[in-house]
Amino acid sequence: MTGATVSRLLPGGGYAGRSRVLLERSAIVSRRGWLAFVSGFFEPVFYLVAMGQGLGSLVGMLPGPDGTPISYAAFIAPGLLAASAMNGAVFDSTFNVFFKLKYARLYDAMLATPLGPVDIALGEIGWALIRGGLYALGFLTVMAGFGLLTSPWALLALPAALLVAFAFAAVGMAATSFMRSWQDFDLVTLAVLPMFLFSTTFYPLSVYPPVLQTVVQCLPLYHAVELMRGLTTGAVHVGMLGNVAYFAVMIALGVVVAARRLDRLLLR
Amino acid sequence: MTAPTGIVPGHARGVLLVVEHFWTWYRRNWRATAVSSILQPLLFLLAFGVGFGSLVDGAGRAATGGVPYLVWLAPALLAVSAVQSAAFESTYPVLSAFKWQRVYHAMVAGPITPAQVALGHLAWTVAKITGTGAVFVVVIAVFGGVAGPGIVGSLLAAALTGAAVAALVMAFAATVENEGGPFNALFRFVVIPMTLFSGTFFPVDRLPEWVRPVAWISPLWHGTELARAAALGTGRALALLGHVAVLAGLLAVGIVLVTRLYRRRLTR
Amino acid sequence: MGDGLVQARGLRKRFGEFEAVRGIDVDVAPGEVFGFLGPNGAGKSSTMRMVACVSPRTGGTLQVLGMDPDVDGPRIRARIGVVPQLDNLDAELTVRQNLQVYGRYFGLPKRHVREKAAELMEFAQLADRADEPVEPLSGGMKRRLTIARALVNDPELLLLDEPTTGLDPQARHLLWERLYRLKREGVTQIITTHYMDEAEQLCDRLVVMDGGVIVAEGSPAELIGRHAAREVLELRFAPEDRPPAAAFARLADRVEELPDRLLLSTADGERVQGEVARAGHRPISALVRRATLEDVFLRLTGRTLVD
Repeated sequence: MTGATVSRLLPGGGYAGRSRVLLERSAIVSRRGWLAFVSGFFEPVFYLVAMGQGLGSLVGMLPGPDGTPISYAAFIAPGLLAASAMNGAVFDSTFNVFFKLKYARLYDAMLATPLGPVDIALGEIGWALIRGGLYALGFLTVMAGFGLLTSPWALLALPAALLVAFAFAAVGMAATSFMRSWQDFDLVTLAVLPMFLFSTTFYPLSVYPPVLQTVVQCLPLYHAVELMRGLTTGAVHVGMLGNVAYFAVMIALGVVVAARRLDRLLLR
Repeated sequence: MTAPTGIVPGHARGVLLVVEHFWTWYRRNWRATAVSSILQPLLFLLAFGVGFGSLVDGAGRAATGGVPYLVWLAPALLAVSAVQSAAFESTYPVLSAFKWQRVYHAMVAGPITPAQVALGHLAWTVAKITGTGAVFVVVIAVFGGVAGPGIVGSLLAAALTGAAVAALVMAFAATVENEGGPFNALFRFVVIPMTLFSGTFFPVDRLPEWVRPVAWISPLWHGTELARAAALGTGRALALLGHVAVLAGLLAVGIVLVTRLYRRRLTR
Repeated sequence: MGDGLVQARGLRKRFGEFEAVRGIDVDVAPGEVFGFLGPNGAGKSSTMRMVACVSPRTGGTLQVLGMDPDVDGPRIRARIGVVPQLDNLDAELTVRQNLQVYGRYFGLPKRHVREKAAELMEFAQLADRADEPVEPLSGGMKRRLTIARALVNDPELLLLDEPTTGLDPQARHLLWERLYRLKREGVTQIITTHYMDEAEQLCDRLVVMDGGVIVAEGSPAELIGRHAAREVLELRFAPEDRPPAAAFARLADRVEELPDRLLLSTADGERVQGEVARAGHRPISALVRRATLEDVFLRLTGRTLVD
């Protein structure tokens, strides 16, 4: 998107082109809370070790994206990668943003400066991406260590993780702008947890009856898992462009809604 | 002027008054937590018990001792969700009562002692976990996960495990001054690994040799073994007695610590 | 357009059904300290938010630094400093980092904000707390830091919304001293307050607001001279033998009845106090004081500023 397109879609006067400064702030903050930052990497690794080994021992091999049997660990690892991209982005763009919006009044302080709502939205989403990208890199390294990356296509899993994280962060931020109290965050859990469990993360689509298969195929995390599983196993096909398009639409919708809503919320 | 009407309650009565306080709050606000505390274990039951369970074939059946995966998993889920709610209820709500809402300070401003506050809050948490667990038992039964009346024993095992974890976590929370770091670390490095490596989803012997000791020190593993033995009517008496002893011991240590630490924090 | 830093004509702000600001005219000249005095809900903060370019107006015209906030928001904000009603310091950063990061929002170079932060910490008397987190700071310290932060871009205009609300007397005086210093350096300031002593101490000129409109305008001395007698006698009675206000109508220029006391406006308080005693009234306490902006407000609106 060019600058001109952005400014036509987004509220006027809301963008000073300085969202980079928010990244500086986040970097300074995370230097102090580095332990929390690093710990975010371990959760998917714990899942991979436990589920890959333990659950894998109960089911043996599963059919991969192109039908070739793969180990259970190789099956769930890309699923966990996609899910952790989602979880990180959603957490950053909902709980964190809501806290800064309602309690820390941090954005009010920023808006007393030349910064506008669009700078804030892009800056926060940008940081969620940097963090998500680092976690994805770490997880891919662990996967490589376990011998779960079998194709050079796997290199593309990193940008794919960023794409997925961007989409969830944008939509998450848009959703946060509608939230009134912490009670509403039950809805976030209500959306994220079922998606984590049912988007073919832990078992193939064929487990479901046909009707449910269609439902699952509508979920964003399903498309993320498809994308990752294709790339890490090397079963790449043209249909994956559809998965990419799904996230492009999410990003566009999320950014526009988030910026407009923030404008309404902060500039009353 | 009229005479002061306050009296000093006896020890047990003081504890009950604290429980009454939380019950009064809960009666107004139960909807907020009821959905998530029932729904979350239900989703895990569906995803793993039903979805993943359909993949568990001959080799896997050997691991569950021949019973369907759903029936094998259900009592363990009862224990794991008790532990998760125990950990959650004993972190942020406790810090809030010390620091933000200062509910505890209001209690000890009257004749209630810090020890009564600690035991009252603990008793309330255990009561709530047990109640939620009872509802969950009905849900499990609806999905065909209950083998017989032994599930009541599983519920008691889950409550005991939840009590031990709640007491220890409350003691820890009484030492925490700031949100964020310590609780994040607790969930990331203790609670989540505990739920993954305590034999909930697969027998512990399926893990690599070097990970197994993690299970032995985990209260959840002892709770899971008990809950499963009660539901399926398996297990040897001596081993079961051992599990009960470990959990009761942890609970006792937790109670000593939590009353001491509450006294220290509320009388400084 | 004049050379005023802020010029408003018929300025309005509506939130749904509720109109917070109902057509006000304001002119703020360079170098002056201008005050909005009024009780909570008078429309002061809404006006401030419009001037700060974070709240679009519903009607009228508004020029800040010669520009229209609706069009040039970011350009105006780059040249003003804002101290909001509630501190919104970044709790995840230290004192120094708060100043530096905030300075970066204005596009200032890193080297510049480093030096500026050091200078401002001296100004705010926080140099010895430079690398500590902001959360444990006292209310007065946080307030001084918020003001220092608002100065990071060397603003031409400083907006202070209720700068000393919630501070103890000592912290207030320290803060006032800092604001004096800024005034001497020529920084134009707009202050909202519901404390009449603060308005009297700090403001060259002020408007009294009530219910979204301006009810009086002038310097503190002018307003008192115009709308109040020189002195006020405050009488406090036990609830059971409190005489009706009418009993004193003959003795003073005006009698105001408050829940806990009676206020008698007069040129000579001591004399009236004697007459009250001679008339056989026995107040629990009687106090003669100079008339203040509080009395002006009471006279104009029939209500007290702080309730």
